[in-house]
Amino acid sequence: MATVELTFSALPAHVRTARLVATAIARRTGVEESLLDEVRLAVGEACSRAVEAHRAHCPGEPIRIELRDDSGRFEVTVSDHAPSDEIKQEQPLDLGMLSDSFMSNFGIAVIEGLADDVEVFPSPKGTNIRMSWPATNGA
Amino acid sequence: MDLKLDHHNEDRLTIVEVEGEIDVYTAPRLRELLIDLVNKGNFHLLVNMEKVDFLDSTGLGVLVGGLKRVRAHDGSLELVCTQERILKIFRITGLTKVFGIYASVDEAKEAHGKDK
Repeated sequence: MATVELTFSALPAHVRTARLVATAIARRTGVEESLLDEVRLAVGEACSRAVEAHRAHCPGEPIRIELRDDSGRFEVTVSDHAPSDEIKQEQPLDLGMLSDSFMSNFGIAVIEGLADDVEVFPSPKGTNIRMSWPATNGA
Repeated sequence: MDLKLDHHNEDRLTIVEVEGEIDVYTAPRLRELLIDLVNKGNFHLLVNMEKVDFLDSTGLGVLVGGLKRVRAHDGSLELVCTQERILKIFRITGLTKVFGIYASVDEAKEAHGKDK
């Protein structure tokens, strides 16, 4: 199992860097080309969510990403230290339902729609989002 | 790639050209442009996303915010997009039911004209 770890300050500008690193490692790990856009978007969503949460609660704390190949899977875990509220929402039906609080949780809905396998662990001490995709090579 | 924004008016329609990546870093610029356009009385917006490389939920939030603003003035905010990777995020979130999405600017203009 090979692991790459990345930590970054809670700045929106760093989210793009995190996306690019995750996509590069996913490609190297053997994730199919057709899935790389999904990896890029899902990791970006998880990092954006973490950045917004840190900026609200603990702007000085870094966000951590772990990327690993594990038994034929490419696995990404994004961890933050901001206290988490419940994040499940129903699908939107009309514009009136799209409140600001709803929109702030859109990221999780997007990740769940994109990643092959997703687990979200919210807690008062922070949230871990673990997601994975099939991969064919060792990194 | 950074975000490039431009806009011009054709008849009563304001066409917003977007190029690059719309994410948590760049989306505030698109939000500011949409707010500015509405504040200046442009209530029928067509956002051309054919040159958008990346769109995340922050960008979706900005588009929804723009739609709310123009609807408050009986206006419209519609999109031009044929890229599957961008359309996918609209489908996942159910926003294909909220936005008018067209295959070209001409198609959107034609549909907009019929509504008048």
